[in-house]
Amino acid sequence: MAEAVLAIRDLCKSFGALRATENVSIDLVPGEIHALIGPNGAGKSTLIHQIAGTLKPDSGEIEFLGSPVSHLGAAERARMGLGRSFQVSSLAPEFSALRNVMLAVQSRQGTSFRFFKPVMRDATLVEPAMEALERAGLKDRARVPAAELSHGERRQLEIAIALALGSRAFLLDEPMAGMGPEGSKTLTGFLDGLRREAPILLVEHDMDAVFALADRISVLVYGRVIATGTVEEIRSDPEVRRAYLGGAE
Amino acid sequence: MSISRETAINLVLALLLLAVPFIAMQLGKPFYVTLATRMAILGLAAIGLNIALGLGGLVSFGHAAFFGIGGYAAGILASHAFSGQPLDFGLFAVPGSKLMPVIWAVAILAGGLLAAAIGSISLRTSGVYFIMITLAFAQMTYYFAISWPAYGGEDGLSITIRNTFPGVNTLVPQNYFLICYALLVVGLVLFAVLRDSRFGAALQASRQNEVRVASVGIAPFRIKLAAFVISGMITALAGALYADLNRFVSPSMLSWHMSGEFIVLIILGGVGRLCGPLAGAMLFVMFEYILGGLTERWQFFLGLLLLGVVLFARGGLIGLLAGRARHG
Repeated sequence: MAEAVLAIRDLCKSFGALRATENVSIDLVPGEIHALIGPNGAGKSTLIHQIAGTLKPDSGEIEFLGSPVSHLGAAERARMGLGRSFQVSSLAPEFSALRNVMLAVQSRQGTSFRFFKPVMRDATLVEPAMEALERAGLKDRARVPAAELSHGERRQLEIAIALALGSRAFLLDEPMAGMGPEGSKTLTGFLDGLRREAPILLVEHDMDAVFALADRISVLVYGRVIATGTVEEIRSDPEVRRAYLGGAE
Repeated sequence: MSISRETAINLVLALLLLAVPFIAMQLGKPFYVTLATRMAILGLAAIGLNIALGLGGLVSFGHAAFFGIGGYAAGILASHAFSGQPLDFGLFAVPGSKLMPVIWAVAILAGGLLAAAIGSISLRTSGVYFIMITLAFAQMTYYFAISWPAYGGEDGLSITIRNTFPGVNTLVPQNYFLICYALLVVGLVLFAVLRDSRFGAALQASRQNEVRVASVGIAPFRIKLAAFVISGMITALAGALYADLNRFVSPSMLSWHMSGEFIVLIILGGVGRLCGPLAGAMLFVMFEYILGGLTERWQFFLGLLLLGVVLFARGGLIGLLAGRARHG
């Protein structure tokens, strides 16, 4: 197996007596979609928060592109190329879709401490942003404020932002949530191609999408990874069936 | 190139203010020149606050500290220049100055340093806590000024004769108005340029959603701190101008009433709008003069006006006339 882009070792996080993350070890290798599934409250979002750097783990190590990142903040990890979409869309609501993406382009190009040149007339910002919007299928909605986009479009916009960041790995927290069947299908096709650009750690409840996309699946239950394997291995794992699939399906 | 409705309104406002002193002299009412100068200076001070509050969403209830430190910079330098005594810093001493450009530079520097100190602590909080902590810092400077007898303490400090500007007789009211007006225009241009820049984009995005800004790799704290410092510098410059207008500096420039007044100006004119502070300052000074002449309780009516704006015209005067702000 290739060198891992993202490696999580023995991560632990407790909230009082609740062990939200317990000795979790996961890795993400180039070209793969690694799905993270588990029942509600299994600690999937808590884990994503720790990887992204918005929550500090109690112990354990996170390595990204071969170097430890546990001591870095969310902004620094994002600059290294850790792109993220949120479970509940998190955008600058007054800004147009274009300006939301431009913010990512501007960050990728380096410092934001530039005080004079107007951004809207800066082709080095506008063009890459339009390109990312086009890839995410939002080109026609570029000038619409994020607050006026539909739920599905906001999801697409988050992905366009992650694309524009030139991410080396994607953390996608339930990108299909709230999307209609048509939207889910389009997005599934899109993510399928996206993995060639950078590997994806995908948290998702839509099992059809997970089984269609994932190269590997890890099952999280009560903060612990109870199984990691291919789609077939996970489908046939008795413990997974008992803990999760059996009850849910 | 077509100009937007907001740009047209801004131009009308700016030209209107420019016209006031000339009309005033024609009418033989030189006092109106002072009113117009007050509008320009308060407008500039509020432009400073508008960078923090309007663009960055940082509701500072302590901008009087920057206004006041600018005023004291002018007052202290002028008093030393007048007495011939150098300012003694222990290790070294510098002479006072009557030159406006020197005074402005010192005011801007002092305002920037104070804003860096206050901001680096206050910006670790947000919301109501930020409002309270900036208020607390400003009150500290207020009580410091009151209890500092060297520069007048509670009584304040007079500037015997208005400071000078090379090649301009600043004692002529119209001339002093034009100096303040020129700096107001510089302030407006600076605000517009900042707003449209990369820095402005990051700052406005931080107001809307800090998590988003961090997750694209921009640390919001540094952006907000820089904005707060720039904001404090501009308000401090306005303070120095205000001191020269009144030829008097007192702790009241540092009081929380002043901080509140700046916020009121911005809300009246339009939060985050380029000419919001100017529109607010013009309305405010006009209100103060006209109603203040009719009744001592003019602030009651100001309160009603503010209530009306907050309830029915959220975007202030500019919002009412030009519609909602659009971001590209």
